[in-house]
Amino acid sequence: MAHATQAAAPVLDIAGGAAPAPTAPDAFVPSRGFWGQVGHKLLRDPVAMAAACVILAIIAIAVLSPWITPMDPYRGSLLRRLKPIGDATYILGSDELGRDMLSRLMMGGRLSLFIGVTPVILAFVIGSGIGILAGYVGGWVNTVLMRTVDVFFAFPSVLLAIALSGALGAGIVNSIVSLTCVFVPQIARVAESVTTQIRARDYVDAARLSGASTLTILRVQVLGNVLGPIFVYATSLISVSMILASGLSFLGLGVKPPEPEWGLMLNTLRTAIYVNPMVAALPGLAIFIVSISFNLFSDGLRSAMEVKA
Amino acid sequence: MSMPIGAPTVPIARDRGGPAQPLLTVDRLVKHFPIKKGFGGAKAVVRAVDGVDFEILKGETLGVVGESGCGKSTTARLIMGLIGHDSGDLLFDGERIGSRALPLRDFRAQAQMVFQDSYSSLNPRMTIEGSIAFGPQVHGVPKRQAIERARSLLARVGLEPARFAARYPHELSGGQRQRVNIARALALEPRLVVLDEAVSALDKSVEAQVLNLLMDLKQEFNLTYLFISHDLNVVRFICDRVAVMYLGQVVEIGPADTVLAAPAHPYTAALLSSMPSMDPDARTEVAPLAGDPPNPINPPAGCRFHPRCALAEPVCRGTVPPLDTLDASHRVACLARQPGSGHTLSPSLTVAA
Amino acid sequence: MSAPAPEPAVAIRNLTVVFGGVVEAVDGVDLTLERGQAVALIGESGSGKSVTLRAIMRLNPERKTRIGGEIRVAGQDVMAMSAKALRALRGRAVAMIFQEPLLALDPVYTVGQQITEAIRQHERIGAGAARQRALALFERVRIPSPERRLDAYPHEMSGGMRQRAMIALALACRPQVLLADEPTTALDATVQIQILLLLRELQAELGLSTILVTHDLGAAVEVADRIAVMYAGRIVEEGSARDVVLDPHHPYTIGLLRSRADGALAKGTRLKTIPGSPPDLANRPPGCPFAPRCFLAEERCRVEAPPYVDVQPGHRAACWRTEAAYAAFQADKAAVAEAVV
Repeated sequence: MAHATQAAAPVLDIAGGAAPAPTAPDAFVPSRGFWGQVGHKLLRDPVAMAAACVILAIIAIAVLSPWITPMDPYRGSLLRRLKPIGDATYILGSDELGRDMLSRLMMGGRLSLFIGVTPVILAFVIGSGIGILAGYVGGWVNTVLMRTVDVFFAFPSVLLAIALSGALGAGIVNSIVSLTCVFVPQIARVAESVTTQIRARDYVDAARLSGASTLTILRVQVLGNVLGPIFVYATSLISVSMILASGLSFLGLGVKPPEPEWGLMLNTLRTAIYVNPMVAALPGLAIFIVSISFNLFSDGLRSAMEVKA
Repeated sequence: MSMPIGAPTVPIARDRGGPAQPLLTVDRLVKHFPIKKGFGGAKAVVRAVDGVDFEILKGETLGVVGESGCGKSTTARLIMGLIGHDSGDLLFDGERIGSRALPLRDFRAQAQMVFQDSYSSLNPRMTIEGSIAFGPQVHGVPKRQAIERARSLLARVGLEPARFAARYPHELSGGQRQRVNIARALALEPRLVVLDEAVSALDKSVEAQVLNLLMDLKQEFNLTYLFISHDLNVVRFICDRVAVMYLGQVVEIGPADTVLAAPAHPYTAALLSSMPSMDPDARTEVAPLAGDPPNPINPPAGCRFHPRCALAEPVCRGTVPPLDTLDASHRVACLARQPGSGHTLSPSLTVAA
Repeated sequence: MSAPAPEPAVAIRNLTVVFGGVVEAVDGVDLTLERGQAVALIGESGSGKSVTLRAIMRLNPERKTRIGGEIRVAGQDVMAMSAKALRALRGRAVAMIFQEPLLALDPVYTVGQQITEAIRQHERIGAGAARQRALALFERVRIPSPERRLDAYPHEMSGGMRQRAMIALALACRPQVLLADEPTTALDATVQIQILLLLRELQAELGLSTILVTHDLGAAVEVADRIAVMYAGRIVEEGSARDVVLDPHHPYTIGLLRSRADGALAKGTRLKTIPGSPPDLANRPPGCPFAPRCFLAEERCRVEAPPYVDVQPGHRAACWRTEAAYAAFQADKAAVAEAVV
């Protein structure tokens, strides 16, 4: 960055110097393109960058955890249960079965992130499809699709997730399916409203006048303008999804013991809350840090995408 | 002479009916928009376009003027098929648009439109050369050639390709964007270009530059313009003929020089004298019309202009004035100008004959 | 003109407005509005005309804006005013009307409520009396069936009616100065002339001092006694409406007059345009800001900013070559006259 400013300074001097440079006012900086600009702005947003670093670090730890955990996250010791934070062997203490908390937290990130992020990705694909179709085609297609989606809004998302998971039975796949069902309507609604706005722009009409097919218009003219805002919204759902997924595990509807997963850990450590509250709160802290990081990053992404209208 | 814009893409038999056949015939065009009023209440109807007739001759510029709600923009969108019409006919060079002989897609390859809002008409995520090249690409021109054509068109509308082609719309000024929109409209080598308030949002000095450009392009590419505007000065300058619309109907149509110098319809006269004076010594003393243009939901019976008209008589309330010929090229829908209409000012039959 | 009021209604001295530390939107504007006079600020987008107008009430966003120079309204120093004094100034002594009344009027209250509210905010007066005043105002701005219209919401009115209602609201507290920012730009032609005539009439009858910002020379001629032409944040020519429109001495004013479609010699001939586009206000070239586009520019223009030249008493132009410009304009006029004959 320092290099860039140094390089720019002499150019300005020439333009401001005695010799009038006829092309100076219109000197053109090559354009970065939309995503280039977004990236450029994001790199200059310290909060979003910090959040991104936290997310990346946690993902890296989760992915590498089988090789880097200091101890075996599954092996407990009944003699060393509920050690406090700062213990000589267990840096972050041990859980109610005497397993190393640090190792379990590292390992738990894998499942927590997986069951938190996957539903959002699936819902992003399905919900965008429904919403963009409804928004672009309009008319009765819109009415049918969006009223169906509205039915799901009648239930609070937590209750809906619990009810679906309950009906499908416990398990990782089922909890992902139920969470996907929770998020599809929300994303579809955002996608529909964004698409309806874009649909009204003159450039879409101009594209129709050029003789392009509906599919071409959607692909070339609409998609690029619509996916960004939907993507931002979806990122903000990841934190909700992580919390809901953990909640399902907490209720015994998601991951089954002895797999380490933050929500499930929170559940099993519940009994230890009076003995060792700090250790019991650790999985909750992990969920909090990840979800707030996703939120801060999506905020940054949103403001970075607000290109001058 | 003309810029090499690449090989012609649309090998459609161009001129069919010869120079005498109008390029576009608009015949009793009607579009009503239903609007809901309250719960189960009677459905109201916006009579946006209510029986519009006119022809655009080959190579001419036809102006359409009128105030908001007169249906001029709706007419443009109906002609381009962006919205479907309820009844009436649209003939392009003698063929009905949408018929087997002239499907909508083929028509659109020969007719293009420039919108008022220069920013909204460009995709913010596309470079301007990409926007211009999109149409030719849709019609099967390979990407490299399409981009080449886009660049030569940019040069033609006065935007140096090397500096502008890779820019995004927000990096351009309003006037530059409108030049891009014009270039895009020309990329398919149309015969008819509909300009819907295309210069209205521009600053005066920029407007003048774009008007000059439009005149040059018309000559160079053999274009026919439908020029929609509310600015009578601009219309007088650029148009050969002008149609005046009021509440969804054409009330006067004829040569621009005649209509805007000696208007036959009282509404045209009012529009003309509503223009601010440019002479500080002869400022406007009395506004020619009171009140706002009425709403096209419930247009008045009889002549639609009669509630605001200085010449209105009882007969105007009951009789709908037809768009009658005044002379060979000049038609007007006003009972006061029509022989035997029952209006006291109507010319006697013998004089008219 | 009377003896006890020597202070002009608005006096602006060397006003500069800088946005974000770089964009010099207004660059040394001097403007005097005598009491009871109407001045039009003419210019194209980015000329700084609206920014100047807003600066009079200090309406530009405080954080991003740096204002310099002196603004006095009826002898009071606006730059030194506290937030409270500013509130008292806005609406009371100085009122403003905008291009888009729908954005200026509150959609959840009837227009009548908004006017009575405005009156009662600045004066101790009963609700009934305030409503009477509002009704009188509605009659004043010629709103038909005013009694009924007082109870209408802004969205229930037509465009011209809304503009009248906003004028009534602006006049509610009997201001001395009326600032009008493109008040007729969004209106249809037949309505625009009605509003222009209304403004002229109100100004004459209420003794208002008016500043009208517009891009339309015609609108300015209809309303204003004096016209100031702005370009790139500076006033390039100022004088009586007659002087500026009929005897322009600045090449930019002449360019504006020439580029009007009604000024063309004949149909089909090219319009004389001003080439190029306005300068980047964040990166001003030295010398006269109009020089790169000027048909008379010479070496000096690109180096040294021109001073104001008093071409006549009360008529000034910021140009090195006022005489050459005027001669070119006269030659043009002669050519047009010849073409007509």
